[in-house]
Amino acid sequence: MVASSGFLLNAAIMVLYTALLGLAWNILAGFGGQFSFGHAVFFGTGAYAAAVLQAKLGWNAWATLPAALLLGAAVGAFIGALSFRYGLRGSYFALVTLAFAEVFRILANNVDFTGAGVGIMVKLKAGPENFQFATKTGYLYVILAFVLAGLVVGWWLKNSRYGAWLQAVRDNEDSAAALGVNVFRVKLGAIALSGALMALGGVFYAQYFQYIDPGLAYGPGVSIEALLAPIVGGLGTLWGPVLGAVLLQLLGEGTRGLFENAPGVSLMLYGALLVLMITFMPSGVLGLLRRKA
Amino acid sequence: MFELSILWPSLLNGLTTGAVYALIALGLTLIYGVLHIINFAHGAALMMALYGVYYLQRSLGLDPYVSIVVMVPAMFAAGYLAYRYVIGVASHGRDENILLVTLGLAIVLENLALFLFKSDTRTIDTAYTFTTVPIGPAMIALPKIVAFFGAGATAGVLLTIMRTTDLGRAIRACAKERQGARLVGIDVEHVFAMSFGIGLACLGAAACFLLPAYYVNPTVGNGFVLIAFTIVVLGGMGSFAGALVGGLLIGVVESVGSLWLGESLGQIGIFLIFIAVLLFRPQGLFGARA
Amino acid sequence: MNTTNRRQFLINTTALAATAALPLGVRAQGQAIKVGVLHPVTGFLAYSGNLSRLGAQMAIDDINKAGGIKSLGGAKLEAVLGDAQSKPEIGAAEVEKMNEAGVSAIVGAYASAICLATTQAAAKYNIPHVVDVGVADQIVERGLANTFRFAPGYKVCADTAMNHLVLLNNLAGKPAKTVVIVHEESLFGTGTANLLSQQLPHLGFEVKEVIKHANPTRDFNNIVLRVKAVNPDIVIPANYYNEYALFVRTMKQQNVVPKAIYSVLGGAASSYKFVREFSDAANGVLDVNHWFNPKDKRAWALKKRVDAMKDQFFTYEVYLNYSAVHLLADAIERAKSTKRDDIVNALAGSTWDKHFMPYGPTKFVNGQNQGAQPLMMQVLKNDIKVVLPKTYAETQPSFPWKG
Repeated sequence: MVASSGFLLNAAIMVLYTALLGLAWNILAGFGGQFSFGHAVFFGTGAYAAAVLQAKLGWNAWATLPAALLLGAAVGAFIGALSFRYGLRGSYFALVTLAFAEVFRILANNVDFTGAGVGIMVKLKAGPENFQFATKTGYLYVILAFVLAGLVVGWWLKNSRYGAWLQAVRDNEDSAAALGVNVFRVKLGAIALSGALMALGGVFYAQYFQYIDPGLAYGPGVSIEALLAPIVGGLGTLWGPVLGAVLLQLLGEGTRGLFENAPGVSLMLYGALLVLMITFMPSGVLGLLRRKA
Repeated sequence: MFELSILWPSLLNGLTTGAVYALIALGLTLIYGVLHIINFAHGAALMMALYGVYYLQRSLGLDPYVSIVVMVPAMFAAGYLAYRYVIGVASHGRDENILLVTLGLAIVLENLALFLFKSDTRTIDTAYTFTTVPIGPAMIALPKIVAFFGAGATAGVLLTIMRTTDLGRAIRACAKERQGARLVGIDVEHVFAMSFGIGLACLGAAACFLLPAYYVNPTVGNGFVLIAFTIVVLGGMGSFAGALVGGLLIGVVESVGSLWLGESLGQIGIFLIFIAVLLFRPQGLFGARA
Repeated sequence: MNTTNRRQFLINTTALAATAALPLGVRAQGQAIKVGVLHPVTGFLAYSGNLSRLGAQMAIDDINKAGGIKSLGGAKLEAVLGDAQSKPEIGAAEVEKMNEAGVSAIVGAYASAICLATTQAAAKYNIPHVVDVGVADQIVERGLANTFRFAPGYKVCADTAMNHLVLLNNLAGKPAKTVVIVHEESLFGTGTANLLSQQLPHLGFEVKEVIKHANPTRDFNNIVLRVKAVNPDIVIPANYYNEYALFVRTMKQQNVVPKAIYSVLGGAASSYKFVREFSDAANGVLDVNHWFNPKDKRAWALKKRVDAMKDQFFTYEVYLNYSAVHLLADAIERAKSTKRDDIVNALAGSTWDKHFMPYGPTKFVNGQNQGAQPLMMQVLKNDIKVVLPKTYAETQPSFPWKG
């Protein structure tokens, strides 16, 4: 059973990993109504925090977690402070996050501190105390814990006063302001929270794949991955990102082995199915289930 | 750390490169300005257009500049159909869904190209690909000079359409006030599809001007998307003059930035401008204050 | 192939339903020895990935036609194809699938970043992983017992390049003193440029500028302007095919003719495709890169077969993968077993010399083949010829280049 569980284990880990990214993005976009196209900026910060602190300063891997959380939140607060102070909304906000991600990517590519274009390897040091596990099961528990944390945050956003403010801001910012909600602070909190959780994803990536470079850390690939799952699963819902991650993984795995002698066909199928999915499930999976209920 | 003697040629290079960027941004700004769609498939559409120009030259011997008469209508048709029967339908008008749809389309197009045309990088060889024109101390490649004038011409054509034709008026109406336009009897879906078509038609022209100085492969579009977005924002979403000026400006910034900071770090200038414009003047250079 | 697709389909659809129903015993069934062939055949690395896959598949076909693995009763090799989609995480996921499919070994994954992930994933199951290209030295410096690289890494390539440059310069009476390095910004380009810029001054060359550029770079006019302004004796490019081609073409266009364009792992420099399409710009270009032993008839025979194929070129991706699969086959022969551990041991002790690369018999230390070396080629009269070292040279180098 070990052989087959390796594949399933990896698949499960990747689903949860995607779900984590989606949960983070969902905080800001689903609950907060602020779409970001550059969530990689937080992911990369977390990933580099983990890699640099270990490689250059000899920190223990677990110790980098709180550092990554803090940095993710800080970057979030920075971008949020600038963007919201100047009233950026909608696609303007989305585009500015994209720009920030690119700025960080270019910087990471050009400073020695991050290894520049060469990237950074996290040294192979198997052992749970190093946040590296000889078998994948350890990673599964960690990512599960992270996802649970994300779900707890989501639940809190659905049921707390802060969450109510946030959703009010999402639904109608001006009305919320008129009702006395401190819109700026609320949005700032959301982006910091979202950034922190996303940074967690970055740390996990660094520990699981043990190599990052500016493209992997800050590139558009991660930003896109973060927004696919919540939209497919159901924006602004608790379980949406998780369901979306499952669905996307099935879609990806399901198409990948097909037509292997004709490169590109399987991805065409993937793209087409993506379009079809959103055509027939405009509010995501949960939206569909809700309508049927 | 740069020599003044290469500043002038660098400026000219920036202007000519920027002109090509502008061509790509012209279509995007229309699509964004009217439909409020951030078209993730723009790069893939450019790539398909480039393949179109390539194969027209290879199988029919059509010079890329002559191919404009084929590519523009072809891309227009593709854009119209894509919007009418795919994007418009699939997205139900929701912003986040349009995102996903254009993303999905981009994946389909890129891999369709991979499947049909294989992954080889292709270039065309024309009599003028290697010709340079001396402008003062600088030697500028001829295809790029042609592209410069091509961008101006295309912007001019677009402005004329928008100002003088009924369609142009309808497009402007739909962009400003969707519901209102519907109320006065404008077939909004049709106008949107036309706009998307025109947007893609611009890419058809862009491809004709770009290919002689560049190349095509299935992933070539990705390198232009971010820059195109920057220019759209800088120039003002929906403004053609803005896209043209913005494109030239970005081209120059990229050029001079790379002289000053190095080719790799110099790219940062583009995005810093992007951020600055978004923060301090989101309507861009030529856009109307929202 | 039908069985594989069906098996893939089964795995795919029950992926998340943890089940004991997954067919496990396939590994030991039948005569076929499964070999994972993992490359980025989609995404931005698709061109190299597809050529790599071609080389591997040709090798598997040839081995099977010649009677398969004789020590195992003529057992045939069966390719289990994988697409890394130009992403390390997908590469790692494909390794999991291949493990599930019961592969005895994996060959791949072309790009260094992907190789780092795939060798690591394979190490967890001790699947022998022959690295086809992946020039980053980190790949063989992590102490993974399952990883074997047949070809040289970029340190060896950079060192060889510098030694040959000194030799070349000395032979011509030392006409060259100044150098400009133009490199792509990611791992291979930066790593190579760092090594060169550190070492070259000690060898008597002045590195006037190191110009880094992005992937992709849309326009090289500015870089060429800077090169022109510095007017170095030698320009050293280290980048991928598209950028290399654009750069060299732009230099030609702007009439920049240094004493030599001396590439180190130049993306298009020793590429028959580049020479065919841009012979004007290509002629004279020097390159220290992966190359086959030009004195070995088998290489030319293979080249002939590849040239006969539509739109294919005999590139290093093809013959490095071809060789990697043969290396594996030799190891399986000697191991007399399809068990992963046995193959790993056989590879570790490999002294295989029935290849057409200029490496001599294989000798792996920490996974790196010690004899691996690049050769120096020059494009002369629209053809690529080896010019150094003398043992493999087909002709004399032409330096300085007169344009």
